[in-house]
Amino acid sequence: MKSEQQYIDFYDEAGAQIRGRSCDVMNDARDRAIGVFRDKGFPTRKVERYKYTDVAACFEPEYGIALGPLDVADSPYVTTIGRGGVTATRHYATVADMDDPLTALNTALAHDGVLIHVPRGVRVETPIQVDNWLRGDVPTMMNRRMLIVLEQSAEATIIIHDHADDGQRFLSTQVIEVVVMDNSSLDMYEVEETNKSCSRFSNVYVRMGRDCRVKHNSITLNNGLTRNLCDVYLQGENSEVTLNGCAIGDGEQHIDNNTLIDHQVPNCVSDELYKYVLDDMSVGAFAGRVLVRKDAQKTSSRETNSNLCASPEARMYTQPMLEIYADDVKCAHGSTVGVMDETALFYMRQRGVPEALARMLLKNAFMGQVIDQIRYQPLRDKLFVKVEKRFRGELEKCGVCGLCK
Amino acid sequence: MLEIRNLHATVAGKEILKGIDLTINDGEIHAIMGTNGAGKSTLSNVIVGNPTYEVTEGAITFNGQDLLAMSTEERAHAGIFMSFQTPVEIPGVSMTNFMRAAVNARRAARGEEPLKSTEFLKIMREKRKLVEIDQKLMNRSVNEGFSGGEKKRNEIFQMAMLEPSFCILDETDSGLDVDALRIVAEGFNKLRKEDTSAMVITHYQRLLDYIKPDVVHVLIDGKIVKTDGPELAVRIENEGFDWIKAELDNEK
Repeated sequence: MKSEQQYIDFYDEAGAQIRGRSCDVMNDARDRAIGVFRDKGFPTRKVERYKYTDVAACFEPEYGIALGPLDVADSPYVTTIGRGGVTATRHYATVADMDDPLTALNTALAHDGVLIHVPRGVRVETPIQVDNWLRGDVPTMMNRRMLIVLEQSAEATIIIHDHADDGQRFLSTQVIEVVVMDNSSLDMYEVEETNKSCSRFSNVYVRMGRDCRVKHNSITLNNGLTRNLCDVYLQGENSEVTLNGCAIGDGEQHIDNNTLIDHQVPNCVSDELYKYVLDDMSVGAFAGRVLVRKDAQKTSSRETNSNLCASPEARMYTQPMLEIYADDVKCAHGSTVGVMDETALFYMRQRGVPEALARMLLKNAFMGQVIDQIRYQPLRDKLFVKVEKRFRGELEKCGVCGLCK
Repeated sequence: MLEIRNLHATVAGKEILKGIDLTINDGEIHAIMGTNGAGKSTLSNVIVGNPTYEVTEGAITFNGQDLLAMSTEERAHAGIFMSFQTPVEIPGVSMTNFMRAAVNARRAARGEEPLKSTEFLKIMREKRKLVEIDQKLMNRSVNEGFSGGEKKRNEIFQMAMLEPSFCILDETDSGLDVDALRIVAEGFNKLRKEDTSAMVITHYQRLLDYIKPDVVHVLIDGKIVKTDGPELAVRIENEGFDWIKAELDNEK
């Protein structure tokens, strides 16, 4: 329990301080959460859903734990959980799997969070963008919390963008709970554009009512070590969820996506596509479980994970899983791991395209399929440029960020 | 233009070319004919620098340069173009982007500025008309969903864009109907300048009715066993290769 101890000690010492800076709804969940963390500790690689990432090793170095105030300017749909009133009270800690050790640790340590609340019948035209800046004079740990609530017949696009300052190590945990009520529509894009000294553990939990549409797209453009979990619970009929992921790794980057789509009721549709391009010594992992429960008849589900290992040393672990307990469903799942198409490379080089550029064009083309799925056009256009720059090696760090403008 | 001396090449450890000697002068068209597996495609792939093929002996010079010391793309920049027997599909890369990359890379290699977008599109339009290729295909991914004829025509279009001085047509006629064959061949003839040289690999006289060779070579078992004028192609069309093999046996 070496890695865990520093966090337990910190909680024992600073618990009162955290409580003092926090709010009732978050404090009410805190003691149980630290209890879960004390009992379970960090998940080892023997735990099925944490098989591909050594969590304890990432949490072992010493970090200063950020407890500063959350800088959120109130706007019509955005506030903090602390100021969130009844919406926060009603939904906080109701979607997340509170027995997950990382969710528990986040719940114990986070003192505030962002609340996005779109009231009934409201259609938010302009996307809501949340920028997470990792900054610090010492190696710093951040525990970020978000609650997103779309009431009945609401509609929103949310872009969450992670940036980091250079020259410092950062560790972040993130728990995002999403409540999508009947007849609502949410497009949610997460773009990570940090650097090799950053480790990120993100757990996203989405609960969907009936006649909803949710699209979640997780884009790892640049990172150090990333572990994203995304769980979707389909609890109302005639809903549709799309999960997309795009992961670009080189150097010694590590990108692990773990998803669950839980079809609990009949007549829902899920569509999942994750793509990875891995170069150098980078490691990718994708484990996606689609669970079709006994009563979830007429489920339609498709899951695809396609990967390109652009160097002999890059490694990809892929594990699509389909678990069906209903007997009238249409489900497909599959994955591929391929290498650079040598015949295409040769063809392009014969036309005079230098090998490095030919490789870049092929990688870019491979990833284009996921970027194409982005419905918000300005973001799609910017990401096409960013992905191309990333493959050209021109996107070494976040720098001046085009997404923010 | 091109000089090949005692060229030996292997693929996956198996020797395919067993000592090729061939000289192609400026402005000449040479036809290479031969049985399946004789090494025709190997010869063209070795000239353009396909990494799958290994040269074990011999030399190739191109306008005085040591070709074997150059990378595939350097050879392309020097003016060598191959029309592929099987053009490759590249999903996700549009024809326009592909051509822009190719044209500008070649310009960069010659110390020229990249073309402005409007200029580039204008040239695309002109060349497209020349080979009668549909604009719709330009917005699609390279060769993806193209018919056999469209793929071959697209090869000639790329040739038009890149203006090579030495062209290899590797069975450009295979799988083409008569009309497509005519369009492709006429496209080639229109593009050809006085000093453009070509190596035309084919099984049939048909293509050579349109693209008239100066010299015809017969390649059997990795060696050029017979070289003659255009009438040789006509005789092969009528009589096949057996008589040449018989001649060879007699010599032994």
